[in-house]
Amino acid sequence: MPLLKNDTLIADTWIHGGLDDQLPEAGDVIVPFARLLREFDQLSHRPDKLGVAFSNIDRAEALSTFLPRLSLVALPFPAFNDGRAYSLARQLRDFGFRGEIRATGNVLPDQLQFMLQVGFDAFDIGERFPLEAWKRASKQMSLAYQRGLFRRNSEAEVWTERHTDAEPWLEQPHAG
Amino acid sequence: MYRYDEFDHQFVRQRTAQFRDQAERRMKGELSEDEFRPLRLMNGLYLQLHAYMLRVAVPYGTLSGRQMRQLAMIAERWDRGYGHFTTRQNIQYNWIKLEDTADILSALADVEMHAIQTSGNCIRNVTTDHWAGAAADEIADPRPVGELLRQWSSLHPEFSFLPRKFKIAVTGAPNDRAAVKVHDIGLRLHRNDKGEAGWEVIVGGGLGRTPMIGVTVRDFLPEPELIGYLEAIMRVYNLYGRRDNKYKARIKILVHELGADKFKSEVEAEYARKPQASTEVEERELKRIAAYFAAPQFDKLPRWSAAFEAAKLKNADFARWARNNLGVHKVGGYAIVNISLKPEGGIPGDASAEQMRLMADLAERYGSDELRVSHYQNIVLPHVRKDDVFAVWQALDGAGLAAANHGLVGDIIACPGLDYCALATARAIPIAQSISRAFTDIDRQEEIGPVSINISGCINACGHHHVGNIGILGLDKKGEEFYQITLGGSPSEKASIGTILGPGFAGHEVAGAVGKILDTYLKLRAPSEDFIATYSRLGAKPFKEALYAAA
Amino acid sequence: MSILEKGQIVTANRLRDGIAVFLNRSGQWSERIDEATLALEPEAAAALEARAKADEKATIVTGSYLIDAERRDGRIRAAHIRERIRTLGPTVRLDLGKQADGTAGGFVAPEGA
Ligand code: SF4
Repeated sequence: MPLLKNDTLIADTWIHGGLDDQLPEAGDVIVPFARLLREFDQLSHRPDKLGVAFSNIDRAEALSTFLPRLSLVALPFPAFNDGRAYSLARQLRDFGFRGEIRATGNVLPDQLQFMLQVGFDAFDIGERFPLEAWKRASKQMSLAYQRGLFRRNSEAEVWTERHTDAEPWLEQPHAG
Repeated sequence: MYRYDEFDHQFVRQRTAQFRDQAERRMKGELSEDEFRPLRLMNGLYLQLHAYMLRVAVPYGTLSGRQMRQLAMIAERWDRGYGHFTTRQNIQYNWIKLEDTADILSALADVEMHAIQTSGNCIRNVTTDHWAGAAADEIADPRPVGELLRQWSSLHPEFSFLPRKFKIAVTGAPNDRAAVKVHDIGLRLHRNDKGEAGWEVIVGGGLGRTPMIGVTVRDFLPEPELIGYLEAIMRVYNLYGRRDNKYKARIKILVHELGADKFKSEVEAEYARKPQASTEVEERELKRIAAYFAAPQFDKLPRWSAAFEAAKLKNADFARWARNNLGVHKVGGYAIVNISLKPEGGIPGDASAEQMRLMADLAERYGSDELRVSHYQNIVLPHVRKDDVFAVWQALDGAGLAAANHGLVGDIIACPGLDYCALATARAIPIAQSISRAFTDIDRQEEIGPVSINISGCINACGHHHVGNIGILGLDKKGEEFYQITLGGSPSEKASIGTILGPGFAGHEVAGAVGKILDTYLKLRAPSEDFIATYSRLGAKPFKEALYAAA
Repeated sequence: MSILEKGQIVTANRLRDGIAVFLNRSGQWSERIDEATLALEPEAAAALEARAKADEKATIVTGSYLIDAERRDGRIRAAHIRERIRTLGPTVRLDLGKQADGTAGGFVAPEGA
């Protein structure tokens, strides 16, 4: 499955482990959350990176103790209009998680920018749309009103931009 | 009024370009209908019975003359010469083509308007008191907060795929004209003992299949905390709201199933947990916005207008209209003019392009260039000098806009129903027309006094029938339309949900049934008691007896 | 003497302008319900539906579905009032829709309120 990251297609080098299957000795692995809970000790002693495939019905807090050891959290979109993972991604970023947050499942170009803005940075995109469509979709809007979003270079937060320089319309009681 | 700055302009232009691209991809077959539907809905475009329908946002119901004129232009150029003002203070066009839609959005952008999020499972157009900025009982104009929320909710990346649609209403006055208790979130401004203003936050009200009155989660939220707190509510809803059943997906069900206390503690936990960004930007932004809503320059006028009083003495029709259709303005010598879009036997909320233009003219000439759309599907000129009211009335009268029934039986609220709407189970407009025709005697309407009749063409309740004093719901019984009547609903600060009276009626029986209900009220009312008060005192029983007594 | 035939027709909205249309005998989408192909057998109805789905893919129409209808003297009437309103226009604006464009069909107009 091609993976979209920073507007380019890259190979997915992670090993996707199931609930019970044998994992190779080395290599970066993604395991389901249930397995992470069960085998965290062994898993955390592996030499390479560790990731988790989370569900969108578990609470983000349930991950917080594991986050320092995790390099990747995959969040699912069972349907493109099931928006829970947007909030989960934001919570994980609020917790300070700096690793990869990967969108899996029903990921479409027209939602790509929203996903980027809440903190996703990798996307399982399938074959349905050409890379061009994804690249275009990632920068359709160059402005957002909300604060605290993840912005790409060309994007601006309106409320922040508006209030950076001198504001002649405001009475400035302390000025002068 | 709020004016777009370069950022707002750019935002709406980009959004329009994005939609143009999406619509082209759809017409070329690069997007399937399933993929395109949510995209067009988030831009207000529905597929209805006869064509596409475009719902244009009128943020917090406020329009300038220029904007109203552009709405008229769109009606003529791309529709069939009229538009329908809705119970959510929006306007919708019924005969839109997909291939024209991007051009229409672009014409809207020219006058600082859009159709963003007038549909879809996202935060919808924020509604407010249609008398905002003019009402005598107001603590503060709620529209700056309305505009702040419009911006904050526009293309909110986290909250664009909620379990279900989400409606927010804001009021700045103790007499609630925005129905804040029956919205997903209602905000009510009030003052504490120290005289500071803050917001009561009410969550989980709503109509539809399971009507509920909202619960208060915060009594007194300081204004700078508003956005952060709403984000916490939205996040709890987005994560835990039900997605397995469309009829259980609104936030009211989550509040109900968790219980108000548990819901509240979830929100408070989320609010406390979230790293609190400084609220400085919001405060500055709110100040910037508020400057746009500064009251117009009112003239110092005597309370008593000789011209107005003389005109009333000379012209009985004008006197009647003035009695019923004017609201009390906060400034002496001014009045709030309520234009009823409910002519006798007419279609509630419809206005022709010419009528829109006339209203735009009147606003520019006599009304500080402001118009409002009310959730009663009427238009308001909020600031008119009493000296000018007669001239305004004459112009309205010449355009079929002088129905003197504001707040009376003839001022019926009705959704488009089965004449237009793809979801409808029965027609709503013909019922409104038949009731209107049964009460052509305006003396009788005045004798009955204030009463609200609300009609919905299906359980989605766009006609707000649950909060009508008399509510009428159109249903389908084996392919036949029939109508259920509820009594005792109210959208006010004393909000209540109506009670079903008994078996339903065929369409042609409804007007007669309403007549019996109102006759019963006239018989039983105490002096100066309005319909809803009599109903509260006596309950449903006497009305039931009158309706269902063995003939 | 007129014969009454009952069956199903397939309807949809044209993609580009949203106008309600019906699949006719020559495989075209017509605004006139009277021109619709009336399927008297379930197999024929299934074939209509398949054809409609193909035209959805070809981006000619959208949201197609079968509706019950009956034919008498060459005129077709939808069974349900919702569909009758779609073939005529709003019952409260007789100056608009198919009833005004001259493309209305059906042998009985819906009853006014
Ligand atoms: S209440 Fe039903 S019929 Fe009326 S507009 Fe809403 S969805 Fe349509």
